[in-house]
Amino acid sequence: MTTDTRTKRFLSWIDFRFPLTEVFERHLSKYPAPTNLNIWYLFGFLLIVVLAMQIVTGLWLMMNYTNSAEEAFSSVEYIMRDVEYGWLIRYMHAAGASAFFALIYLHMFRGMMYGSYQKPRELIWLGGWFTYLILMAEGFTGYVLPWGQMSFWAAQVIISLFSSIPVVGEDLATWIRGDYLVSGITLSRLFAFHVVLLPILLIAIVFFHILALHEIGSNNPDGIDVKKHLDEDGVPLDTKPFFPYDISHDIFALGVFLIIFCSVVFFFPTGGGYIIEYVNYEPANPLSTPAHIVPSWYYTPFYAMLRAVDFPLFGLTAKFLGFATMMAAVAIFAVLPWLDRSPVKSIKYKGILSKTFLGIFVLSFFALCYLGMVPPTETKTLLSKIFTLGYFSYFLLMPIYTRIEKCKPVPERVAEA
Amino acid sequence: MQPKSPPNPIRRQLLTSITSLLGFVGVIFAAIPFLSAFKPSARAEAAGAPVKVNISKLSQGELMTVEWRGMPVFVYKVSNDAQNVLSSDKSKLADPNSDQQQQPQYAQNDTRSRKKGIAVVKGVCTHLGCAPKFYPEATSQDFDPNWQGGFFCPCHGSKFDLAGRVYANVPAPTNLEVPPHYFESDSTLVIGSDGAS
Repeated sequence: MTTDTRTKRFLSWIDFRFPLTEVFERHLSKYPAPTNLNIWYLFGFLLIVVLAMQIVTGLWLMMNYTNSAEEAFSSVEYIMRDVEYGWLIRYMHAAGASAFFALIYLHMFRGMMYGSYQKPRELIWLGGWFTYLILMAEGFTGYVLPWGQMSFWAAQVIISLFSSIPVVGEDLATWIRGDYLVSGITLSRLFAFHVVLLPILLIAIVFFHILALHEIGSNNPDGIDVKKHLDEDGVPLDTKPFFPYDISHDIFALGVFLIIFCSVVFFFPTGGGYIIEYVNYEPANPLSTPAHIVPSWYYTPFYAMLRAVDFPLFGLTAKFLGFATMMAAVAIFAVLPWLDRSPVKSIKYKGILSKTFLGIFVLSFFALCYLGMVPPTETKTLLSKIFTLGYFSYFLLMPIYTRIEKCKPVPERVAEA
Repeated sequence: MQPKSPPNPIRRQLLTSITSLLGFVGVIFAAIPFLSAFKPSARAEAAGAPVKVNISKLSQGELMTVEWRGMPVFVYKVSNDAQNVLSSDKSKLADPNSDQQQQPQYAQNDTRSRKKGIAVVKGVCTHLGCAPKFYPEATSQDFDPNWQGGFFCPCHGSKFDLAGRVYANVPAPTNLEVPPHYFESDSTLVIGSDGAS
């Protein structure tokens, strides 16, 4: 018996009991990817790699981290100084968080640009949105764990946001903290969320996201429905199998990503204060707030919105309205598939209005990202208000502008695009 | 053998609904211990016990920070000049007469204190819980050229006067909270209890 037939016999033994070959071919080797995918289609793969990296580095960090208010800070310093390569593992995990957000923002923008959320991909989009929510919670809980000044006061401010909810707010905030002020009790529960609950949810949702994607198939930069033209085996003509064509692009992209990522980890591990803030090298002190507190860069657009709403309205406090605005800014992504009334998917074939509003959205997002990082002044608060309106106009006016604008015809086949 | 009765879809639907409802009620009851475990534990509650502070060494205009329930409480000896300012200059305040219940009854006055001259306020900004900084001098500051002395929160720029009353048009919605407190003697302040009286 040759090795080849032996492998085959072994595989058929497995396949009889578990659909190994079928799953492998369906989700990896033979998954049909449209031929016109471009650079924007690399981030999903990179996100999976970063997720895996966060799980591995996180697991290793957990082996030496102590989740008590007394020891959390020193256990992180212990990891940094005394554990072999502890510094590397921690810097990878911290920079990995920033990379995760950078990639997910690019990935989300791809979906918005090419209408990947449109029918029949609504559930894929919702799955992705939910992943983003969990990632934000994961980012926040992880940020608290080193128990530095920024960790403590970020937890204090974020949990206090819930106290702005009318009637039940104060009790809710105390319930979340498990104490009257953020304390070791709060730290332990955030730790439990960070290492158990949220990662499990994250993996489950990512699994769902990919399963839904592989059921419908990938969208493409032209928004062409490739399933309309099939070959005799029922495979769309305008696709090629994931292996070896797409995976080679992905692996190349991974190389480029790792060059950038490793440069950051080796040479700029704190990212100039954007990955690890300098104030966080001081242990948490519940009696003194640092002079200037800012969240991580990936939350600052929403933080800017929170600060922009400084006026009470309809009998609700400014504090609650700011919180509600911030939550709405994240939640509104979920209804995007139902706001877009355009007959075409891709921005390439949409009209000038869609292009303008997407441009306004991107501009507003970056502007708010900046405004959320700097101390507020009157002018900057006014700018935050304007850009908050810009951000929401993309979503709220979408049902109107996608209906009235004139779109270009979408070609039948990729080759005609 | 009993005669086979025809299936009754309404009865079946009713039984299914009742069973589901009961199951749902069971889930709610089963959730209670898990949700309750999130509340402040007995130890955290015990840490909320009153604290005694010796204020005999506090001099005019001096502020001391006391920890109660893990949060800072400012104890401040208000000078006579400052007391006059607190009673007269109320134009910039959002709630000058302390109408909102941010203090016990006995502290609803211009200096928001139980004992004239001693201010006791929680050092927790009513916006998002940062600890405001103490700027007692009535001199021009970066954040306010006409500063009359008081507390300034570095997080989002809320301003409070020396009695912890919030300025209008700042993010914080209400005055700083005055915790329950009483004076056991002239030199001993107890924070966290209204006293026996």
